[in-house]
Formats: sequence, structure tokens, C-alpha cells
Amino acid sequence: MSEPVLEIRDLSMHFGGVRAVDRVSFEIREGDVFGIIGPNGSGKTTLINCITGFLRPTRGRVVFNGKDITGMDPHRIASLGITRTFQIMRPYYSLPAYKNLVIPLCAPRSRRLGGWRGGGRHGDRDTVALDILEELGFERESRVPFKAAGTLPTGYLKRLELGRCLALRPRIIICDEVFSGLSASEIASLVPLLEKLHEQAIILIMIEHRLRELFRVASRVMALSYGEKIVEGDPETVIEHPRVKDAYLGSMEAAT
Amino acid sequence: MARSKATRRRERIDRGIKVRSETIYAISSMEEIGYLVAPKLLLILGLLCAPLILHSSPYWNRVLLSVCIFALLAISFDFLANVVGLVCLGGAFFYGVGAYGTALLNTGLGLTPIVSIPLGTLLGAAACTALIYPCLPLRGIYFAIVTLMYPLLMTRIIEAGDILGGTEGFRGIDGFGSPFVEQYVLIAALLLGMFGLRRFLAEDQGLVIRAVKENDQAVRASGISVAWTKTKAVFIASMFGCFAGAYYTHMYRSVGISAFALDLSIMPIAATVIGGGGSLAGAVVGSLLLVPLSEILRDFGTLRIVAYALILTGFIVFKSEGLLNYATRKYEQFERWAEL
Repeated sequence: MSEPVLEIRDLSMHFGGVRAVDRVSFEIREGDVFGIIGPNGSGKTTLINCITGFLRPTRGRVVFNGKDITGMDPHRIASLGITRTFQIMRPYYSLPAYKNLVIPLCAPRSRRLGGWRGGGRHGDRDTVALDILEELGFERESRVPFKAAGTLPTGYLKRLELGRCLALRPRIIICDEVFSGLSASEIASLVPLLEKLHEQAIILIMIEHRLRELFRVASRVMALSYGEKIVEGDPETVIEHPRVKDAYLGSMEAAT
Repeated sequence: MARSKATRRRERIDRGIKVRSETIYAISSMEEIGYLVAPKLLLILGLLCAPLILHSSPYWNRVLLSVCIFALLAISFDFLANVVGLVCLGGAFFYGVGAYGTALLNTGLGLTPIVSIPLGTLLGAAACTALIYPCLPLRGIYFAIVTLMYPLLMTRIIEAGDILGGTEGFRGIDGFGSPFVEQYVLIAALLLGMFGLRRFLAEDQGLVIRAVKENDQAVRASGISVAWTKTKAVFIASMFGCFAGAYYTHMYRSVGISAFALDLSIMPIAATVIGGGGSLAGAVVGSLLLVPLSEILRDFGTLRIVAYALILTGFIVFKSEGLLNYATRKYEQFERWAEL
């Protein structure tokens, strides 16, 4: 088996007495599409915040390409190519959609790597931004990329989140619930996009509530409950695990 | 009557010429070019002609120079508050550091104003940035209140420690020689500073600075250091303040602890509010109005501050968006009643 690209060892995040993440370990390898599932409040987003530097974990290690990156600043971790989307989208509402991507294109990493597919070394960040958006389904002709981000519907904002990651030419994209709040047709158009990113050798880590859609793309899944890792494996085994069933069916029954 | 009110509402529509001049058609005819250039030209020519118009009155010429000094401080405030999102109440700190810096360079090292002003500006800005750096993680009211302390602290340190000339300050600093040079260098610096900064903010790097105000988490996730971006922004803002202080010191050929006075922090904020924040030009327009106003009101004697306060309040109540923002809206859009 190949060396893991990203290794999480015994990671814990405590807020006072609350153990939001409790001794979680897993490994991400080349070509992975790794799903993280779990009911609300099971610590999925906290785990992502710890990996991407937005939170400093109480205990444990995050190792990327053999290098310890625990507790590094978020912008440094992003500079290494570990990018993330936010569950609650964070666009620059007043800027046109394509200008939203000019900002990551100004980052040291983009300048070092030369932006999207090596193009746009100098001066034409706007063009590179429009290319990325085109790839994500913002057609130039539709004028959508030129509209202020604040006027765009949720589906486009989710893609814009992905665009910010892509502008950095990432090794890993961590998607925090990209499907949530989207209609069935919007999800249907997003799935091929994620498959395309996978083909481009970008590792995907996906936090998701929508299990059916997730299992279409994920090769391995990990389930969390109350901050603890319950099980990890291929989607079929994870969904059949009694504690996963319990956690999910229990919460589903409560919801209906 | 109430019913008829509810069936109509005011609509704002962009003027045709505004829409045309946003695209490539901007250069299609003199009309469009004129439309775009006229407001800027008005400000540039107005400022350039002012010393000639006020030629007969040395007093009003001095007021004009004060306007420029306050305009620089107001730009510094406007930039930090409305572009970067750091409400800095310590404009006097930038001003004072620039003033004392250039005074030291001039009296201590004997540098001429041509060298001491730019050097004082750069070194002063570097010093200000280094001193404010520890406060950059603070947000909102916390940053505001801490920066308010900086100039107050400097006054006390200079007084109590009897350093930098103590309460006396420095005298015998070189002047400019020619009043013509004195006026036009300052006016040119103001115009270059304002339009230069506006241009910078329209570039990609300027966009990053604006992004920090709008959503700093997204900037972090974009692999850009928020702390470093803010540091650069504070350096730019303090350059404006330090330059104002450095220039004023050479104009009046002396400097004292009044260089850290509270007025110098507050007046530029009032000017920005009246002129309209966010565009930098609003800060200049506000200063153009406020500084002469405060001079005219000297006739009121003891009631001066009352009249001043009333006028300020009036502006804020009736034109809270700021004069320039109001004027821009009128220039770019017309209003009409639309049936619902």
C-alpha cells in the first residue's frame, strides 16, 4: 500500500467539558474519495476545522506528506494544498462571482504554481478565474460570472466555494456538506463535477448528510458519533454497521 | 391619501450614460468621456486653482493647507475603516510619529525637507506599523479603543520622560522657502495619494485587502495571511498620516506634543462621515467642507462649538450616507415614481 498523503492520529478537540472530537484517527491515500458521515453535532465540521488549522486541536497530530502540520495557521495549510469549502458559504458578496476567485489567485501558492493549469502567471487573473468558473458550470455567455455573488442562488455559491479551492490548485479538497440545501437536480449536476475532480487526481474528503449521493462518489466512508469514530470502510459495510444504523435511524425517526 | 401612497414607490434607475460608460462605449464619444472625467477633473482643477484664487488672502491660503493635511488624515481613516475594516481612532498617532520623526531627521541629522519628509514618512510608517502590529488580531470596538490610547500615551511619555524636547518640542526646523512650492507640493501629494490609492484598490492586490473586510475566514482559506495583509494596509494608512505630520512640521517649522492632540484623530473621522466613506474622495470632500467651516465659525466666539456640533448633527441626521455618496447617486441615477 502506498504512503498515506494525510494522516490524522488520535485527534481530540475539547471545548471545556465537551469532547467535540475524541481520539479520531484515519488515513487518506492517493486517489481517495473519503466520506465522513454522522448525525448533527457528531463533530464532523470540528474535525475539518482542526485539520485545516481553523481550530487548534487539544490533542493529536495531523501529518501531511510526512510533515507535521498540527496547529499551523489556516493560510499556511491552504498553501500546502489542503483546501476546504465552508458549510455556510463564505463568498465576498459585494464582488462579482469571478472576482471572488481573483483573491485565491493572488495567494502565494497560486503565484508559485502559476494558477489554473499553469496558466495566468501574470496580469490575466480575471481570465483564469473565468476559466475555472466555466469548468464549474458558470457559462461566460450567461453573464452569471459577472453578477455580484450576493445575488447568486445557493447552487452557484456552493460551486463558488469549490472554485476558491480549485484556484489554489489543491492536492486535497475538503467539502463541508456541498450537497446540503441543494435541489435534486442541482445535486445531479454537481456529482459529475466531483467525479471530474477525482479524475484530475485531486483527493476529496466529503462531509455529508445525504448518504445516497455521497455513496455514489465515495470509495471509503468513516462514521462519527458524539465525536468518536464508530467505523471506517467501504460504504456498504459502514451503512450496515449497527451503531451507524442506530445513530441514523434513531435521528431519522425523531425527525419524522 | 394613505392608499395612493401605498400604490406607488420611488424607483432608482441608472442613467443611460452611466450604463454606457461602464463598458467599452466609454470611449465612444466626448460625451461619455466627459461624463466619466468631469467629477475627477472638477476636484483636480479646483484644488490646483485654489491657491491662485486665494492668492490675496494668506489666511485662507493657510486654511487650504490645513484642508489638505486633514484630508490626508481622513483618507488614512477612511481606508482603514471602510476598506480594511479596522476602525482606527488613533490618526493623531500616525501624524505625531511623522511629525517628530521628520523633526529629528531635520534638526538632528540636518537633512533638508526634500529628504526628511519622505524619509520621515517611511520610517514613521514603519514604526507605527510595528507598534500597532500586536493589536491587529483585535476587532471592532477593541481595536478602536486601543488605537485611541496610542496618541494619548505618547503625549504622557514625552511629558513625563522629558524626552524629544519634552513639553517644548522642537523649534528651528527648516521651512520650504517659497509659499508656492509649499502649497503645490502638498496639493500634488494629496491628489497623487488619493488617486493612487484608489487605483491600487482596483487592482488584484487591492481586492485582497477589500476581501479581508468582507470575509476574513475566506481569505484564510484562500491561502493568504490575514495578519500580513492587515499589516500592509496599516503601513499604507500610516504613510498618509505620517506624511501629513511631517509636512506640517516643516510648514510651521516647529513641533510639540500638540502633534498627538485628539483633534487630529477625531476631525478626520467627522470629515469622512460628512463626505461619505469608502471612496477616499469622500474623505477629501468632507475635509474641504469641514475645515473652512470650523474657521468661519470662529466669528461665533464661545458658541462656535455649538454651531459646529449642530451642523455636524444635521449632516449626520439628514445625509447620513455622506455628501459624496449622495452626489454620486444623483449623478448616476434618476428617480421616478412607479405604480405598483
